[in-house]
Amino acid sequence: MLTYAIKRIALAVVILFTVMLAMFAMVFLVPGDPASLALGPRATPALKAELIQRMGLDQPVPVQVWNFFSNAAHGNFGYDVWSKRPVLDQILEVFPNTLFLGAVALGWALVLGVALGCLAVVWRGTFIDKVLGILSVSMIAVPSFVIALYSLLIFAVWLNWLPAVGAGTPGDWGSQIRAVILPAFAIGITWVGYLARLVRASMLEVMGAPHIRTARAFGLSETRIVTRYALRLAIIPTIAILAVGFGAILSSAVFVETVFSRPGIGTLVTAAVSKRNYPVVMGTTLFMTAFYLFVVTAADLLIARLDPRVRDVFRG
Amino acid sequence: MSSVADVAVPPVARAASAGALGRLMSDPMGAAGAIIVVAFVLLALFAPWIAPYDPLKLDVLNKLQSPSLAHLAGTDQLGRDTLSRLIWGSRTALGISLTATGVAGAIGLVLGLIAGYGPRWLDGVLVLVFDSLSSLPMILFALAVITVLGPGTTTLILVIVLVSIPGYARLIRAQTLTLKTADFVQAERSMGASVPRILGRHLLPNVVGPLVIVLSMDVPVVIMLEAGLSYLNLGVRPPTPSWGNILYDGYNSLRQQPTLVIEAGVPLVLSTIGFTFLGEGLRDALDPRLQVRPR
Repeated sequence: MLTYAIKRIALAVVILFTVMLAMFAMVFLVPGDPASLALGPRATPALKAELIQRMGLDQPVPVQVWNFFSNAAHGNFGYDVWSKRPVLDQILEVFPNTLFLGAVALGWALVLGVALGCLAVVWRGTFIDKVLGILSVSMIAVPSFVIALYSLLIFAVWLNWLPAVGAGTPGDWGSQIRAVILPAFAIGITWVGYLARLVRASMLEVMGAPHIRTARAFGLSETRIVTRYALRLAIIPTIAILAVGFGAILSSAVFVETVFSRPGIGTLVTAAVSKRNYPVVMGTTLFMTAFYLFVVTAADLLIARLDPRVRDVFRG
Repeated sequence: MSSVADVAVPPVARAASAGALGRLMSDPMGAAGAIIVVAFVLLALFAPWIAPYDPLKLDVLNKLQSPSLAHLAGTDQLGRDTLSRLIWGSRTALGISLTATGVAGAIGLVLGLIAGYGPRWLDGVLVLVFDSLSSLPMILFALAVITVLGPGTTTLILVIVLVSIPGYARLIRAQTLTLKTADFVQAERSMGASVPRILGRHLLPNVVGPLVIVLSMDVPVVIMLEAGLSYLNLGVRPPTPSWGNILYDGYNSLRQQPTLVIEAGVPLVLSTIGFTFLGEGLRDALDPRLQVRPR
């Protein structure tokens, strides 16, 4: 277990380094220097000189690479081109909003998805199983930001039940919960489909296992077999997909947060992209990549703990 | 009555593909997907003849109209005919998604074969690059590239190609690694076949099938990405009609004219469902064991 853990963590660190190097190289590969890229065509020479000096762009490239890495290691992700605020401060300010949104979305999707998956297994081969199958595929296919726009129109504009914009007032849990319902619904719906399908597929695989046959021979009810014995094994691939899902959730969050003008990582980064405020974009990308790698690695280690078979094969 | 084509295609291959098509069309989901996709392809190909108006023609006097006989789907905030813009939007969506997945698939195929069949050190380097690229949350990587290059259709295609390559290359690499040690490849090698011959005659035909399935399942993801980025004004630039742009226009006039948002979502939802159903059907018909992960 320990060797596996060390290998897995080392791989994550190497990947993070490669990503950082790639991010750094990308800014240098573009025609024109980063300062004029950020300031746009109307930059005055004085403004440009100031930015070049402030960001250390006048130093030799190896020194810049070193500064970039050592700053990032010290938690310094650079500064906003316009407001000059540290990028990390801006990220930490909105990150809880996105995390809350992602957690609520995955949470309700997990409950409903696992339930639908179990239902499909209990009624496998019947009409209900077929309908659930088509339903899950459709839920996977529908773009989350269309769901977001439609639910905004119906529940916020027409029925006026829930707020159309924002993330609620800080400290006021009621308003925050009301504000998260529609975006979390839009993001989660895809995941209900994925999870229902995944749980069904891995459960059907487990249902053929000897210990299930034994349970059946002992005369246990089908519901008890599914929930007590099959689900315990079938949940393992679900954990892996949930971790990968955090990256995908972020993608939908970028669009859905914009639809609801909800402060978060998505709105922070899209606003920065339009203004070509690249330190913010690069900083957010690094932060989220590190977070994502952490989640995926943690999930892999958790799976290895739950399922000893995984430890034997090192999966890259 | 045998034509040249009949002789050229080996009978076994033809029977297999006919069987697969039959299986696809006998599956209600696959058949529905195929019909929807064909309809959208026709719409995109013949947009200039099907669309009742010029999608760019302004008519500010008749802005934000409700559906009527003159404008079946109403007009947008500049008085442009919504139906025509949606029809032309299918050309944008399909053009970008098919080009991008096609290019990404071709590059991924070559890189995957190189990684799987080439020297081990090169394999190591390529796998690290693929792993790093796929560890980046896709959307953030896309946004980073757009920041550097500036938004536009070319950037959009480049971004999609870049984020898709690792997945395809890993799939092809995995297939190549298994096939490399297969008996028929070993036999061919022991008879002194050249590397291009082994790659071209034996590995390529065997790895292309799974790639086509994965490509077809990725098309809806790319359609979503195109529409999403265009919605954020970071993809296809206005006034070129794109479903994402139209959704954005609709969002801005949500309270005055809600029909615009509702209508613009319809082709987007229909096409992503159609392509997903087709991809699922193809997978079931050709290679049911292939696993596809969410992106």
